[in-house]
Amino acid sequence: MSADTTTPAKVPPPRQAPPPRVPDAPRRKRTGRAAGTPWLLLAPCLLVLGLVMGYPLVRLVTLSFQKFGQSQFWGFQPAESVGFANFSRVLGDSVFWAVVVRTIVFAAGSVIFTMVAGMALALLQQRVSGWLKTLINIVLVASWGMPVIVATTVFKWLFDSDYGVFNALLSRLPGVDMIGHNWFASGPQGLLVIMLLVVWGAVPFVVITLSAGLTQVPQELEEAARLDGAGAWGVFRYVTLPILKPIIVMLTTLSVIWDMGVFPQVFVMRGGHPEAEFQLLSTYSYDRAFVVNDYGQGSAIALVTVVLLLGVVAVYMRQMLQIGEVE
Amino acid sequence: MSALTTDAPKTSGGGRRKSKLGWNLVGLLVFVVVGFPLYWMLDTAFKPAKDAIDPDPSLLPTGITLDNFRRALTIADFWGPVGRSLVVSLSVVVIGIVVGLLAALAISRFAFRGRKIVIIGILAVQMVPLVSMIIPVFLLLNDLDQYDRLSGLVITYLTFILPFTVWTLRGFIVNIPKELEEAAMVDGCSRTGAFVRVVFPLLAPGMVATSVYGFIQAWNEYLYALMLLSQDHQTATVWLGNFTTQHGTEYAPMMAGATMMAVPIVVLFLIVQRKMAAGLTAGAVKG
Repeated sequence: MSADTTTPAKVPPPRQAPPPRVPDAPRRKRTGRAAGTPWLLLAPCLLVLGLVMGYPLVRLVTLSFQKFGQSQFWGFQPAESVGFANFSRVLGDSVFWAVVVRTIVFAAGSVIFTMVAGMALALLQQRVSGWLKTLINIVLVASWGMPVIVATTVFKWLFDSDYGVFNALLSRLPGVDMIGHNWFASGPQGLLVIMLLVVWGAVPFVVITLSAGLTQVPQELEEAARLDGAGAWGVFRYVTLPILKPIIVMLTTLSVIWDMGVFPQVFVMRGGHPEAEFQLLSTYSYDRAFVVNDYGQGSAIALVTVVLLLGVVAVYMRQMLQIGEVE
Repeated sequence: MSALTTDAPKTSGGGRRKSKLGWNLVGLLVFVVVGFPLYWMLDTAFKPAKDAIDPDPSLLPTGITLDNFRRALTIADFWGPVGRSLVVSLSVVVIGIVVGLLAALAISRFAFRGRKIVIIGILAVQMVPLVSMIIPVFLLLNDLDQYDRLSGLVITYLTFILPFTVWTLRGFIVNIPKELEEAAMVDGCSRTGAFVRVVFPLLAPGMVATSVYGFIQAWNEYLYALMLLSQDHQTATVWLGNFTTQHGTEYAPMMAGATMMAVPIVVLFLIVQRKMAAGLTAGAVKG
């Protein structure tokens, strides 16, 4: 039980405001505050975000309506507007649609895998002994903290065809010989390995956030449901899940956004040149812009990605705003 | 609270002891599977190089050597990239925490027209996938003559550090009761004085945690470092990403390089993570 205090997921109890430590202080309305102060405080932040986020966002949109290649980049020719030409070229290309489908399948698979594994581990964490819980938490936090590039190189090594330990372990099973099996010879298999890498990196955040949420589920409610005859699944489905819903919505939307933007994992795993069957929207846009030097088309693809994600962002924002307004 | 979660009788009936053992076995398996990549990185890094390229490798350490580390340091300049990563990450954190604190104060302690829009804006910026911004950012920095300059990378990193910093610090500030400040002001402090003497000391641990977290984020970034700096000025992540030699990929030195990059970061992360979890969810649990 004492080991439980080492849980990283320890969160101040919910729905009880911290007791004011000076309860007798008279509440005075502050008067005469300059209305400009908050804007003054915000100015540097807004300036930076406007310059390196706002402006490029606008530029992304204008670029996607322009012909912008090498000669425009070096300033030999002015960028000329081409209307929807970039979009019609991109959208009319069957390769692009294959990439879109692949990205969606990859992201959906990663998100579902991450959320299910994360929930299972969070529930498991409640059931194991204290010392084991601490051990699991340490490896979870350590893998969460691993730089993505480090994790990617480690997975590259684990799944190496000749000397990778994964093939060696599989080959120890009777009747299996996987030595020399190249996981990256085919797109789907390779992407499965990359998905495993993404999930391995994403699960800790989910487990730790959900564990924090689980400590907030009122014990009496679960008890009551059990007394009314609910089984383990019933308690989970009708008590735990509804209470965790806001956290689950937040985690799922965040995961969708992150997994749709997976880049270094694919890029580094394929040695900087992902093959056609490894291309996801992120790498495809990069490829169009920086390899083929068609910045207009690359921007159009990036813009399509952002638009695809808008719906998800809206859900996330609603959830966060509900939180942010309460103070 | 902790007593409730650990000892809650989740299982029905008498077989509780038995089922605890079952859960522990599953938990042990999870521990091994999740921890294996980390273990294997360390194991390979310290292994004699010839044991690393064994088609049927021993799962236990076969001996400890530092040869792989020496080799990793000679393959390509290591300290240059590490130095650049340090300069960039520290600058980002220092600027980010100052600018972010001011903004966090504005949205958490002031009621003003447009506050909601600002909050929405900051959250929305956080949601734009960074990958999709690389093309215009690259062109912008090129136009501003900031390509291949660390300052260009610093200002770019601020865009993803700032929204996060503002949001987290807001969470920490919200948890400090306003009454404390007000009491100080009743006792004769100015608004600024109340902040410096009362709020700031309470906020300091949260600020440290947020800085460390921001540092880690900046340190780990790959794509922008790859695109915005030339080969001669690469950062530590790009150094590791490019880790190949004329003999192909030498995995044992590569794992040594990975270890050198990961261990300090993972240790930092283990230290601040708890604090961060509290800060990140500080707003959430109030909903």
